[in-house]
Amino acid sequence: MTARATSDRVAWFRKMLEIRLFEEKVQELFMSGTIQGTTHLCQGQEAVSVGAISAMQPGDVQTNTYRGHGEALALGMAPETAFAELMGRSSGCSGGVGGSMHLIDVTKGNIGANAIVGAGLPIAVGAAVSFQIQRKPNVALTFFGDGATNIGTFHEAMNMAAVWKAPVVFIIANNLYGEYSPLLTTTPIADLARRADPYGFPGVVVDGQDVDAVFAATTAAVERARRGDGPTLLEMKTYRYRGHSRSDPAKYRPDGELDAWKARDPIDLAGARLAESGALSIDRQAAMRTELQAELDAAAGRAAASPYPTLEETERYVYAD
Amino acid sequence: MSTLTEAAPVGAVVAAVVAAELTYREAINAALQDEMAADDAVVLIGEDVQADGGVFKTNIGLLEQFGPARVRSTPICENGFMGVALGMSLTGLRPVVEIMFADFLPTAGDAIVNQLPKYRYMSGGQFAVPVTIRSISGALGRFGTQHSATGESWFMSLPGLRVVTASSPGSAYELLRASIRDNNPVIFHEHKAMYARKGTVRRGAVAEIGKAEVLREGTDVTIVATLLMVERALAAAAILEGEGIRAEVIDLRWIRPLDVPTVAASVARTGRLVVAEEQVHAGGWGATLISELAMAGQAWRSAPRAVSLPYDLPIPYSPPLEDEIIPSAERIAAAARATLGR
Repeated sequence: MTARATSDRVAWFRKMLEIRLFEEKVQELFMSGTIQGTTHLCQGQEAVSVGAISAMQPGDVQTNTYRGHGEALALGMAPETAFAELMGRSSGCSGGVGGSMHLIDVTKGNIGANAIVGAGLPIAVGAAVSFQIQRKPNVALTFFGDGATNIGTFHEAMNMAAVWKAPVVFIIANNLYGEYSPLLTTTPIADLARRADPYGFPGVVVDGQDVDAVFAATTAAVERARRGDGPTLLEMKTYRYRGHSRSDPAKYRPDGELDAWKARDPIDLAGARLAESGALSIDRQAAMRTELQAELDAAAGRAAASPYPTLEETERYVYAD
Repeated sequence: MSTLTEAAPVGAVVAAVVAAELTYREAINAALQDEMAADDAVVLIGEDVQADGGVFKTNIGLLEQFGPARVRSTPICENGFMGVALGMSLTGLRPVVEIMFADFLPTAGDAIVNQLPKYRYMSGGQFAVPVTIRSISGALGRFGTQHSATGESWFMSLPGLRVVTASSPGSAYELLRASIRDNNPVIFHEHKAMYARKGTVRRGAVAEIGKAEVLREGTDVTIVATLLMVERALAAAAILEGEGIRAEVIDLRWIRPLDVPTVAASVARTGRLVVAEEQVHAGGWGATLISELAMAGQAWRSAPRAVSLPYDLPIPYSPPLEDEIIPSAERIAAAARATLGR
């Protein structure tokens, strides 16, 4: 396991806070109509995005999902670019044609944010096999939710990765709900890591609220893959604070559940550790929040001032030369 | 065997072209061999592609020449390995995916409908998606109702995709090479009843994307066909010639993009059209062609006609029944006569 310097932990804290505040802003922009359609917030799951992405090396790639703001920002997408994409503007990462569910940036190893449950897994296996064939020392990660472990592509991808010993890490953000349905109403087991067993590779349960634990577990899995020992399934136990999508008030949750998870908020946990060790005082954390908020407000303002694309300009996105 | 093309730079169209008599099966094998030799990024994946030259023996020698990393048998999971092909294409490879029967394309429906054609667009043009799907298509194999579709028009309404059909050894070779070289997802349909057909292959040639081919010129009626229907349309034209009717036969080749101008130019001269399809007419390329011509104001000498599969009947196993529903040369000729009021 790779120990990380204090400066990295401060950076992780800052990134988690950026994701949290980014999505708060997204929610606000939805209410004002600046962002339309739908969005799937990952609030509560920030440690999964930041801890796992931090285990990647240059040349590694990942795929994620419609709940992918966290991964995109953790990979270094500028908030202004992300805001512009959510607002459908030409300066968005995907030219404004993708929207909230497709924050993609190939230059940062972000080769896909998929709106179809389970679709990103085979793509990551394909990238991993591609690295094998081209003798590149890289690894592919794929992020998905607990709901995706019931769709065929999950099993197909896990099977192919095992048979080919592909350098891929499967990362479940198990937030306990597949869309509106509690996990145990759709799935016969609570620990989804066990789903690696029939494919003959390790499945590991991880505390998804603890960014250090996420980083450590992902680093071990990435190193194993890079050594040529094949895939790992990581189950990050986590929780989404909001409903499945913008239109879901999440009334199906039992009383007290949200508060219990908020008591182990990933940002608060990391912040408490940093304060305790003296690396980042509570005051400095508060100042960081103020500074981030100002940056995000400004970024959203610039994004909102940028133009919409024209249909003509998006035509070149259809076919490659 | 491929000394002509092995030295070719990647992406270049080989200048030297040498004619050879090959079967349709050998032509596909030659196209795969020439592209894999020209570019290390080209890989072949699919069910049993390594096994003894593949189920239809189109891959003979490829495993031996290029090795198991580049000729890779997959588990039986079309949607999964189609996604794998997409992931490969995003990271430097140019996969060719063999789908053992076109009827299995819908098993990979999400990958074919939602992923391959949209991936570049929804990323704002960040990716090229050079994936070629070899769809082994068509009836007359006595394979029954779930192994006999051409599937040629199933995916024609998807922006971002190309769809192409091979009607002869020569076109199979040139079109498969064009498909593999294209930086976009292409579904390449090859007809399983034609593997033993012999014909002239221009080894080294690469077809132009989106161009239909006029195979026989005529002035009285235009017959447009794909796949096996092309040779039946040519046979129909020969029958009609004996009756003094001069039929023009067009091998449509590309279903997306649809070469409306070539067909329109022909129909502008003949004023009569027959589409010969090994599929239900509704919702297919034939219906779309007629629609496009009608909207362009085509002045018909007589109403266009379709020779196609029954609207309300799946393809049966029983051999005489299968033979009966697949359009014959005589049925195509009869439709052509009817456009002339005969």
